[in-house]
Amino acid sequence: MQALKQSQPSGELSFARSDNSTLVVRLAGDWHLRRGLPEPDLVLKQLDTAPKPVRLTFDAAGLGDWDSGLLTFLMGVSEICHKRNLPADWSPLPEGVRGLIQLAEAVPEKLGARHEASHATFIEELGQATILYARGLQEFLRFLGEVAIAFAMLCVGKARFRRVDLMIAIQDCGASAFGIITLVSFLVGVILAFMGAVQLQQFGAAIYVADLVGIAMSRDMGAMMTAIIMAGRTGAAFAAQLGSMKVTQEIDALTTMGISPLEFLVLPRVLALFLMIPLLCVYADCLGVAGGAFVGATMLHISVGTYIRETANAVTLTEILGGVFKAAVYGVIIGVAGCLRGFQCGDSSSAVGDAATSAVVTGIVYVIVACGMFAFIFNLLGL
Amino acid sequence: MATTPSSIKSSDGKRLSRVKFPKEGPPPITVKNLTMAYGTFVLMKDINFTVNHGDIFIIMGGSGSGKSTLLRHLLGLIVPAEGEVWYGDFNFTRGEPLEREAMLRYFGVLYQSGALWNSMTLAENVGLPLGEFTDLSDAEIREVAALKLALVGLKGFEDYYPSQISGGMKKRAGLARAIALDPEILFFDEPSSGLDPISSRLLDDLILELRDNLGATIVVVSHELASIFAIGNNSVFLDAESRAMIAHGDPKDLLAHCTDQRVKTFLTRGGKDADKSARNHG
Repeated sequence: MQALKQSQPSGELSFARSDNSTLVVRLAGDWHLRRGLPEPDLVLKQLDTAPKPVRLTFDAAGLGDWDSGLLTFLMGVSEICHKRNLPADWSPLPEGVRGLIQLAEAVPEKLGARHEASHATFIEELGQATILYARGLQEFLRFLGEVAIAFAMLCVGKARFRRVDLMIAIQDCGASAFGIITLVSFLVGVILAFMGAVQLQQFGAAIYVADLVGIAMSRDMGAMMTAIIMAGRTGAAFAAQLGSMKVTQEIDALTTMGISPLEFLVLPRVLALFLMIPLLCVYADCLGVAGGAFVGATMLHISVGTYIRETANAVTLTEILGGVFKAAVYGVIIGVAGCLRGFQCGDSSSAVGDAATSAVVTGIVYVIVACGMFAFIFNLLGL
Repeated sequence: MATTPSSIKSSDGKRLSRVKFPKEGPPPITVKNLTMAYGTFVLMKDINFTVNHGDIFIIMGGSGSGKSTLLRHLLGLIVPAEGEVWYGDFNFTRGEPLEREAMLRYFGVLYQSGALWNSMTLAENVGLPLGEFTDLSDAEIREVAALKLALVGLKGFEDYYPSQISGGMKKRAGLARAIALDPEILFFDEPSSGLDPISSRLLDDLILELRDNLGATIVVVSHELASIFAIGNNSVFLDAESRAMIAHGDPKDLLAHCTDQRVKTFLTRGGKDADKSARNHG
């Protein structure tokens, strides 16, 4: 009998041959998971060494303490034996080890359950991503259509939801967002004024900073910054709320009761955003102008009164109303994106987080796309 | 004070009279050649069975066999890949939306987690279907909601929110909501899961009471053997390996006479206490 000892981090593993046709796997010492595991491939190498053994057995006489480290190694050996149709004699192993291995092998592996690694090419992945994006857009538009129908039902008094839910949503989308809108809009006004001041001062036209800030805020920046803040704040919240309701089957409970989740859950939320974002937009416009005035007064030495008068001369009602109209559309987009992602949420807590993230991304992307389209259309209309 | 189907309205306020159950009680539920699938993955195929009026029908099988999915098909929450679900002579799978909505009025569902609406108190949870589908005043709704909560042992908890009560209480509150409209057919998704043995036994007793006193047909998804033998008088067994329904009948009869080893193994907890089960239930 020849023995070959292998140096191992855990326990001692050595091999021997009895009658040249049987491989003896000798296990000695303490086998602990924390000290690392020997590779079952060492057994594989022995099986490939001539003369090739036709059966396998164990020698556990020197085996000390053991835990699942030993079991993991033996399961690897068992798999090798199964693959090679090599008979193995497990009887020399301690009874506890045999019992646990028997338990681990009691339920056969379910065919097709194991995930196969996918090897899609770049073109395939690009195609799949494009199809997914197109499907996503289609689902968004379909959901938008359903919300429009529900809104039409509301207009004729047939859609139903709890008034208190609408009030809570209005509070969440309106008054509760004042703080962050105040801060961000004021700073946007300051940034715009700074950028303009640096250039305009060179031409002695610093007063036109007021025109720049006023027009930029009222036409686009007020509506868009408000929409982006609300997408991150409220759109994500909507997705998380509805996603959690889906996980806990609350949406199923509404459906099986014959109550439309679209009317009951989506309508008050979208309606609240539709009503509140235009008001927040006007507020953001004012704060942006205030930020500009602050820069004008402290850096350009323009009095606040002069700055306000210049802004009033520059900004027209059409620009303000255009901004308010855009904000209302952005509100619907954010509300629909948040609620849609909530409804599409999977059945796990991590899926709720994914839904919230997706709602923010979808909301912001669609808001910016809509902003670009508005710029083109307003230009065509000469507004 | 309890509502009757004749006073039920649709979601747009119209009275629903197009689908009516016969006076002798709810019609049989017939599942015809049902195939359940998620995309291209077929979960279960060719399911056929009938649930008769007054049955306590158990959908049983191992984990991942598709029990809850079958329940969702019966409720119309999932469209079958193939086959149909019939309630009496009404094709629920292919029926008109208004008629399907009318049919839902006769259902009560207790979900696995209770599925209470967290922003509402227990009384509001139970009262919501009453407010939506009956002409009762707010005071009457509160009175009925209090009664339903009392029936499930939650008297005095009307103004509690779901976050303020235990898991077992949530389940009972979910049951109170499920029976708010005195449904003709009740569906329970694993009612005993997460409950202690005594609460589980009380829930079983309550299910029997509801069947005996309301005359309801009851469909229960369960793999709790004690509950299955205590309340079930009809059942199907779904097998995940063969993706088929492999047994149908009274669970006690299946235990005594079914020759299929998979069913036998399930009903005897792997055969370890087969003799005990047979003694207790046979």
